[in-house]
Amino acid sequence: MDSTFIPFFVVLPMLAAFLIPLLAKLWQGTSDLIANAVGAALFGLSAYGAVYLYTDSPALVYRMGGWVPTLGITLVYDHLTALVTLAINTVGLAALLFSVRYLDHYTGRWKFYSLFMLVLAGLNGVAITGDMFNLFVFIEISAVASYALVAFGTDFDELEAGFKYMVIGEIGGTAVLLAIALLYAKASTLNMAVVSQVLAGFGHTPLFWFILATFLVGFAVKMALVPFHAWLPDAHPSAPAPVSALLSGVFIKVLGVYAMSRVVFNVFGLSRANAPSFFNLLIGFGVLSIVAGGLLAYAQKDYKRLLAYSSVSQIGYILIGLGIGNYWGVVGALFHLLAHALGKGLLFLASGSVEQGAGTRELDKLSGLETKMPATVWSHLLGALSLAGVPPFAGFFSKLFLIIGAISARMYWLAILAAVFSTVTLAYLVKVANQAFFARRDREPTQAKEAPATMIAAMLFLLVLAVLVGIGFKPALDKLVGPAANVLLNGLGYAKGVLGG
Amino acid sequence: MIPFFACLLLMLIGLYAVVTKRNIIRIIIGFSLVEYAVNLLFALIGFKRDALPPIITNAAQTRNFVDPVPQALVLTAIVIGLATTALMLALAMRIYEKYRTFDITEVRRLRG
Repeated sequence: MDSTFIPFFVVLPMLAAFLIPLLAKLWQGTSDLIANAVGAALFGLSAYGAVYLYTDSPALVYRMGGWVPTLGITLVYDHLTALVTLAINTVGLAALLFSVRYLDHYTGRWKFYSLFMLVLAGLNGVAITGDMFNLFVFIEISAVASYALVAFGTDFDELEAGFKYMVIGEIGGTAVLLAIALLYAKASTLNMAVVSQVLAGFGHTPLFWFILATFLVGFAVKMALVPFHAWLPDAHPSAPAPVSALLSGVFIKVLGVYAMSRVVFNVFGLSRANAPSFFNLLIGFGVLSIVAGGLLAYAQKDYKRLLAYSSVSQIGYILIGLGIGNYWGVVGALFHLLAHALGKGLLFLASGSVEQGAGTRELDKLSGLETKMPATVWSHLLGALSLAGVPPFAGFFSKLFLIIGAISARMYWLAILAAVFSTVTLAYLVKVANQAFFARRDREPTQAKEAPATMIAAMLFLLVLAVLVGIGFKPALDKLVGPAANVLLNGLGYAKGVLGG
Repeated sequence: MIPFFACLLLMLIGLYAVVTKRNIIRIIIGFSLVEYAVNLLFALIGFKRDALPPIITNAAQTRNFVDPVPQALVLTAIVIGLATTALMLALAMRIYEKYRTFDITEVRRLRG
């Protein structure tokens, strides 16, 4: 198959990011139109790529400028990339559609879309790149645009959250750069495939572990693992709702989980068999995040802040899946990456709809929304069921696979913990429903009106996909998630796929 | 090895400033120090004593060259650093307009 479609994942949003400011003044809806058209095109492109990549086909490789590896930058599109780009562009399209009416109470519509396009370009770039330094550049493109988007409201909370997020996030980004510098000093090349071959010849020296630890710090900040999570509960609620959906849904997973697993499995060539202590460390971080994030989420009184802590907790599930390190564990982690992207994207869009319709997102001030905005309420309820792991939604299968992985690795306590904290997930999401959505005797129903049609359409889009992935878990597993897990478990085989083609 | 440890020290000084300082501008300066330390380390990695600049005029000439790749990468990293510092300062200005202070301990409304 021809690999020339790969660069368009970055080219399209990058072009749109600079076209939107130029053309925004022509007509009022220009920026909406361009942004949504590009969002739809990206979604189509990633669906096309995911369908076209056969289950057993090798990675597609695109060489920038025709330069051979070690001289030029290679772009790699394998099953893992297909899964991640699909998640990015699905949530991206829903968020863009949602933005059209949500931005009515903001000024500077074209600035928002321009920054949003830069985030999408950076995220897609992180997913497709096969070069270490290029990875850093794309991480920074999406991160810098996201800092600006978090502070987009420029009110007290937004500015504080934006600054905090920016300082912590940039320390993480600099840690990644430091790790890349040390890696270059050791390997004298930046191409991930070649680096992995060079590293395989060095053995696990102290410097090897130091570089890996530096990477881990950088990515842990980006994915908000406890104890690096302090910025997330401030930053994600302060952003406009569609941005929260993108940040919580895919941003932390692409910059954190995807980049880390690519580096750990495919570049450093680690697996449960040759580095058990490292994988136990991942499980430790994961358990800490699940427990702390879940309990803190339950204590929140702000709708979006609750969802943000929930993201910290759900990232923990992905981490324990990677830490278990066998086939079902990694499949569970990647399935949860997809399921949580759809579910949390949906919940954040619902929270934006509540905020716009009822004028507040404090749970104590809301009541009886069920009769006023039924579509939003049902989106939240079904999304919550998916996230908590109730069949037949997507979230059920991710937790099922995780538990299968834990049991087959003889980590029974981990399986029990995962199951118990599913109920905690359900508890805090039901708490939102009880307080805000259903009528309460002690309080007057809040005045609210249902969201406009495009916003409901955006939520429905994610909801339908969450149900489809759940009902069609078998094809999703066989065609997309299973092969993606094999890319990671294949470890150093990644290099052969990239260089051999 | 001494220059490398000096870089590490510079980085730690920057981190110390980011963590302990209360003034937003000083935090930004601290962050810039961290970034400069990493950039300097990157440039040092490509350095060789008594080597030529990496400009090849004669293809047969295979003398001792300085590695040009880190220099190119550091240029990119500096440009990214420019963008982040500019955005940080812009945020600092907006924070000052809202809160009328640069003291980070008074910019503290988000809790929980």
